[in-house]
Amino acid sequence: MTIRRLAQTSVVGLTTHKSRSLLTILGIVIGITAIILIMSLGEGATNLILGQIQSIGAKIIAIVPGRQPKGPTDILATFTDSLKQRDFEALRNRSNVPHATVVMPVVFGSQTASHESETYRPTILGVTDYFAKIYGVYPDEGRLFTPEEVNGYADVVIIGDEVKKELFGNMPALNEKLKIKGKSFRIIGVIGKTGQLSFLNFDQAAFIPYTTAQQYIFGIKYFNRIVVEASSEDHVAETVDDIKATLRNLHDITDPAKDDFFVETQAEAIQTVGTILSVLTLFLASVAAISLVVGGIGIMNIMLVSVTERTQEIGLRKALGATRKNILSQFLLEAVLLTMTGGLIGIALGAGLSFIIALGISQIYQLDWGFSLPLSSVFLGLGVASFIGLLFGIYPARQAALKSPIEALRYE
Amino acid sequence: MAFIEVQSLRKVYASEGVETVALEDISLSIERGEFVAIMGPSGSGKSTLLHILGFLDRYTGGTYLFDGKEMSDYTEDEMAHIRNRKMGFVFQSFNLLSRTSVLENVKLPLLYSAIPESQWGKRALHAIEAVGLTHRIHHHPSQLSGGEKQRAAIARALVNDPQVIFADEPTGNLDSKSGQMVMNTIQDLNAKLGHTIVLITHETYTAESAARIIRLHDGLVASDERVRSQRKAKDHFQK
Repeated sequence: MTIRRLAQTSVVGLTTHKSRSLLTILGIVIGITAIILIMSLGEGATNLILGQIQSIGAKIIAIVPGRQPKGPTDILATFTDSLKQRDFEALRNRSNVPHATVVMPVVFGSQTASHESETYRPTILGVTDYFAKIYGVYPDEGRLFTPEEVNGYADVVIIGDEVKKELFGNMPALNEKLKIKGKSFRIIGVIGKTGQLSFLNFDQAAFIPYTTAQQYIFGIKYFNRIVVEASSEDHVAETVDDIKATLRNLHDITDPAKDDFFVETQAEAIQTVGTILSVLTLFLASVAAISLVVGGIGIMNIMLVSVTERTQEIGLRKALGATRKNILSQFLLEAVLLTMTGGLIGIALGAGLSFIIALGISQIYQLDWGFSLPLSSVFLGLGVASFIGLLFGIYPARQAALKSPIEALRYE
Repeated sequence: MAFIEVQSLRKVYASEGVETVALEDISLSIERGEFVAIMGPSGSGKSTLLHILGFLDRYTGGTYLFDGKEMSDYTEDEMAHIRNRKMGFVFQSFNLLSRTSVLENVKLPLLYSAIPESQWGKRALHAIEAVGLTHRIHHHPSQLSGGEKQRAAIARALVNDPQVIFADEPTGNLDSKSGQMVMNTIQDLNAKLGHTIVLITHETYTAESAARIIRLHDGLVASDERVRSQRKAKDHFQK
């Protein structure tokens, strides 16, 4: 018996009870929808976060104060003041870290800024003019800080697009005054609409020299980050080692486990985020898979009902020459067709929902969240659905195949 | 060696420790091309005998040689193949698949045969023509009269060109007029196409369409005789 004929027979069997077939596969539809949705959204989130990490070059190394968090209680250990001016100067010394082309201290925080009666609360970043080179973002109007302004605690600020619009509307902002925490700054640059880069929304940020930020805005003597750019990607690992050696030497640390700082590279961040997200996606997908087991039991139940209802038909087919294998294949194929239909509907639903969610997120949160449907999830969905059909169809199909023709024919 | 050769056949049903003897000791032989009616009151074992002859059921004792080979030597699958290729079945309650047309119903045995699909249509049409149902080919069973249903079932039994057709009370659910038409068709299969026919019935009148009547009683052969004047179904119908 050809597979096409077999499929035809099975389709007739299934379409006789259309609404029953549809209700039966609902469990499979929901399960596959959930799996596709989770995998698709997981991929979207991964792409978004990796995109953010990669928006600063692979040559960038970030030094963060405190211990590297290894568990929830370690979070507090990151708010320490272990990175100071002398660390910055030591790292800038070519004999310590020969491949560092740029060393930039960073302090940040949130402060109220005002112009006349308008106020806004931007993210204040105390940096040097290198920030523009690191992010590849330059003022559309005006200029960057000069090294003299950075060293001289100058009252100059470069503002993002939203800061400009909230405080000045459509009026020109360049060379206007801006008050941050009561201190007056001169706007020397305005950055056009940029959006989010490396977890920082440029549109809501104001950049000032780190010296000014430490002294007048935050009143601190330490840095929140020190950013180092290696001369090339090949020198990143070596530079990381040099940084660690320099800082340990300076902080009198002999045991690396007692480091009061840690060094982040893009490669590490990508690996960490990738691992976390794939574990999370896998976990959520396995929760969704439980509903598939429930759906599979539903399939088995309805197939058993169907086998009982069609006892006479089975008897007739056997009397006319159907072997056990013929009957087994027919009912098994019915079960697989059912679950595969459920799988296809689930893939379409899951992809559709994921598309709508991706659209919503990118519209509402202004994030670069792209819809992506991993091909592997489509194959996984179809494969799992067919497997469920085979697994839960085998028992009812065996029941059908083992019926004695004469018993089956007599069944009323 | 006869086509169907049964020696001391015995069939005992055991259910919940109680044994019921359906066939006590049956010996008979049927030659190719014969038209045999098996008669008997209910409980005489005639249905059981037909099911065993048709490879639908197994027996408890004795021997049954079909076409020279002992039935108990066959596996389940081999029995299915023989049912498919050498036997045709007609049942009292027609057993047509209600969801498909007459044509599809007639094609059903071909689904399990080795005959290439390209020939299915031709064979099915031929069988439907032989029972005179060409005008009902695309009708569903529910649109047919009882007699037409049974003739569709006969066409299905014919489609694989079997050596023997087993009919289990083929007129049992029909009025006498339709019954006569069905018997007429069965007689034609025997007389014109040369099929061996084994038919069970409890109506003497239907049995007299056959050339030979075997009567069973309590699982034993009570009598086995030739019909002196085989009734022509057509003649009766025309009366």
